[in-house]
Amino acid sequence: MNYEAVIGLEVHVQIKTQSKMFTRVAAGYGHDANTLTDPVILALPGVLPVMNKAAIDAIVKAGLLLGSEIAPVCKWDRKNYFYPDSPKNYQISQYDQPMCRGGSVEIELPGPARNIQGEHKQIPLTRIHLEEDVGKLNHGATDSLIDFNRAGTPLMEIVSEPAMHSAEEAFAFLTSLRMAMVYAGISDCDMEKGQMRCDANISIRPVGQTTLGTKVELKNLNSISFVRDGIAHEIRRQVAVLGSGGTIVQETRDYDGQTGTSQSLRSKEMAHDYRYFPDPDLMPVKVDEAWKQRLRETCPELPFEKQRRFIAHYQIPYTITSVLVPDRGLSDYFEAAVAAAGPGRAQMVGNWIANDLLRELGAAKVALADSRLTPIHVAELVKLIDSGTLLTSAAREVFAEMFATGELPGAIVDRRGLRAETNAGELEQWCRDALAGNPKSVSDFKAGKESALNAFKGPVMKASKGKANPKLVDETLRRLLAAL
Amino acid sequence: MSTETYFLSIGALSAALARGELSSVELVQAVIARTEAVETKVRAFNSYDREDAMAQARASDTRRAAGRALGPLDGIPIGMKDVIAVAGQPLTASSRMLEHFVSPYDATVVKRLRNAGAICWGRLNLDEFAMGSSTENSAFQATANPYALDCVPGGSSGGSAAAVAAGEAIASLGSDTGGSIRQPAAFCNLVGLKPTYGLVSRYGLIAFASSLDQIGPFGRSVDDVAHLLGVIAGHDPLDSTSYQVEIPDYRAEIARRQGPWRLGIPREYFGEGLDPEVAQAVQKAVAFYQSLGCEIKDVSLPHTEYGVGAYYIIATAECSSNLARFDGVRYGHRSKDAKDAVDLYFKSRAEGFGAEVKRRIILGTYVLSSGYYDAYYLRAQKVRTLIRNDFLAAYRDVDAILTPTAPTPAFRRGTKADPLAMYLCDIYTIGVNLAGLPAVSVPCGFSQDGRPIGMQLIGQPYQEAELLSIASAYERAHGWGQRRPVV
Repeated sequence: MNYEAVIGLEVHVQIKTQSKMFTRVAAGYGHDANTLTDPVILALPGVLPVMNKAAIDAIVKAGLLLGSEIAPVCKWDRKNYFYPDSPKNYQISQYDQPMCRGGSVEIELPGPARNIQGEHKQIPLTRIHLEEDVGKLNHGATDSLIDFNRAGTPLMEIVSEPAMHSAEEAFAFLTSLRMAMVYAGISDCDMEKGQMRCDANISIRPVGQTTLGTKVELKNLNSISFVRDGIAHEIRRQVAVLGSGGTIVQETRDYDGQTGTSQSLRSKEMAHDYRYFPDPDLMPVKVDEAWKQRLRETCPELPFEKQRRFIAHYQIPYTITSVLVPDRGLSDYFEAAVAAAGPGRAQMVGNWIANDLLRELGAAKVALADSRLTPIHVAELVKLIDSGTLLTSAAREVFAEMFATGELPGAIVDRRGLRAETNAGELEQWCRDALAGNPKSVSDFKAGKESALNAFKGPVMKASKGKANPKLVDETLRRLLAAL
Repeated sequence: MSTETYFLSIGALSAALARGELSSVELVQAVIARTEAVETKVRAFNSYDREDAMAQARASDTRRAAGRALGPLDGIPIGMKDVIAVAGQPLTASSRMLEHFVSPYDATVVKRLRNAGAICWGRLNLDEFAMGSSTENSAFQATANPYALDCVPGGSSGGSAAAVAAGEAIASLGSDTGGSIRQPAAFCNLVGLKPTYGLVSRYGLIAFASSLDQIGPFGRSVDDVAHLLGVIAGHDPLDSTSYQVEIPDYRAEIARRQGPWRLGIPREYFGEGLDPEVAQAVQKAVAFYQSLGCEIKDVSLPHTEYGVGAYYIIATAECSSNLARFDGVRYGHRSKDAKDAVDLYFKSRAEGFGAEVKRRIILGTYVLSSGYYDAYYLRAQKVRTLIRNDFLAAYRDVDAILTPTAPTPAFRRGTKADPLAMYLCDIYTIGVNLAGLPAVSVPCGFSQDGRPIGMQLIGQPYQEAELLSIASAYERAHGWGQRRPVV
């Protein structure tokens, strides 16, 4: 029998705020254990939470960006459960009134080849809500230590509809979501730092069936490739269970990305009763139209929208856009360089950025923002090449030098004598000499053999010691030949 | 100064300090001496720190000598219920769970009192985690009523009441979730105010039921209470439920507002179970107000009978969650023979909490459980709205409502073993917490055998100035508060 997988994702995204969600202590990663704490984080007797408005800004922005409906008030609930990483033994979260409902994430599936755009789809979202992160347990041989630095960091839980059907779609969903969140400055989404975490609900059903099969929740998918591998593994496991006449048990499974295996954590019967109720320590906060409008104005263009615009407006190929667009800084750099280089040069600018600039940055291990090379450098270089002043063959060297020194390309060209020969009289003489020296090719060209033109170019370049502008050489030869 | 410095009012002490007739060191010494003389009988304190109090007194005297006195409370010792955090002092909630816990921070009310120069004095006994009406639920000791030593001082703020009544503190702070300030004030011949929910910051108050808890003052007069309220009231950025409201000069308002007022008498508060001596004392107070020219109106609060039920659902639900943090992991009692993390929770909590606390956690856990939430918690919240609406409807016709504070005067220790009987001590006070209103208990007489009786005045939201003015008009004409305890 053929089965179809049905996948829904629950993605936790840490919001990048200065301070934690309900107290003033700083949020951060990589600090000494338990240094980012205060009486509120440690849930000492008598403390109270006070909301960080920046966290609401971030989730509302995320919702606006993804087309969600924004709740008129931000209401808080307590999710009660005992676990040592949770200092209050309840988590402040949102239960029946999530900040955002609906919306969708646009994904791109892999195309038939690297340079061909794949299929695009909208994956609908169920909801996005705010909650606080918990601490981290470090298990030793005989004891477990708790680090509360992460506790109380603002967290968004983004829940998709069960609308994906392959590990690739789930992978594309996470990639696109991450890109959008990073674009909007909401989170850095570094999975290694736990800034983005993913659980997957997976079921399978015979192709054609419309009801859902029994779902299994897969946890600890802590890198994007583990998400893909884990889901693929779980689909295979379920197909194998059904294939051998078994039934799928509703349960939570833990995926181990190192070994590529999973094991059961708990069954449905062991599910928690979280005893949700409205948090009496926090008043609901009204999110009015003016607040939303202010945030709407800070929403960036989404990556896929930008890609479509780049292709339509700048007429640059998909392959270049797929290099530029995922990085907001790089695509901004591109647009600044195109603006400075002038119309008609977008593809040249794109090529220099996508190839040479990225190669130099990679080799030097320098971030774009720290580079001495500004969009003006790239634009000036492209203008020199396009006007025939700098030969492409020499431009690579100029690029490397300006990348290293930050000097403008015009100055490098002049200092190193790389400016292409543009003395029209001298050029015309070299061309006349070349034609005179090769009457056979002259008659071949006259007879319609276009390639015969190349026979004259070598001697001209030789006479100019390589400095002649090939475009001018071409034009001059054609003009002289026409007059013969 | 008289030998009974510790029984003087804040106004008198403040004037004596200002004139240099008394130093804060002398005052604190007098209070310490009085405490040491009577404490074996009263047992109001879980602990007190003489050296710390004396150091605060010396600092106060130094300030005053330099002409930098901070106001009327500067140098005056104020007792603290042992659920209010004072940096460097124990914070036990009268529970084994926190027996050895020392707070690293000050509650907002403590910070404000310190900024006013007041001396934070002692850790006052209570029913464990403020759950009870007699202070018998303390894990450490039962406090005696200074007016009748074999009787309870009321609760849960029994230590805060007994200490002020016995002269072991000039005034004190308690907390009131269902009557925990007003009922002990009535039992101990004190003025005790439960402010409007949101008037006083809860930051640093160990939470029992967050939507009901308020910190409030105990004093031997309305004026003493007004002194404290003026310092502790006002918005606090550390408490999201504290309200942005202008704080008047309560004492000036009391002097200015002379009535007459329209007072409502809710018939539901004078029914079965009300002790005849209490009923008589309150009726006399009603007659007094009438003689002042006040309009007395019969009002109805029809949902009163559902109050106790709704209260014990909401309060226990919130407490089951609020007390989850006491798990033996980060601080507090930690069982010595736990096998694993889950066992640590079970054993630490089983050993650390007393019977009444466990009962309420279990009840609260139950009412929030999946499948029961709508039937209990949600319905109780609806009842709560109805009760608040009852009060607000009554306030269309009256300025304040007058009731008994408690159905009886103080009862003997050990006579209310049935938890339900104990819960009924609060029938006249919990509606106020459910509705979030301010209410004050004012001494209004004594039983034939000498036990104090209190009446309750319930006001409109944030109208504490009006409420205290009404109380003050009665107090000026009676002076029950002048009668000293037997201890």
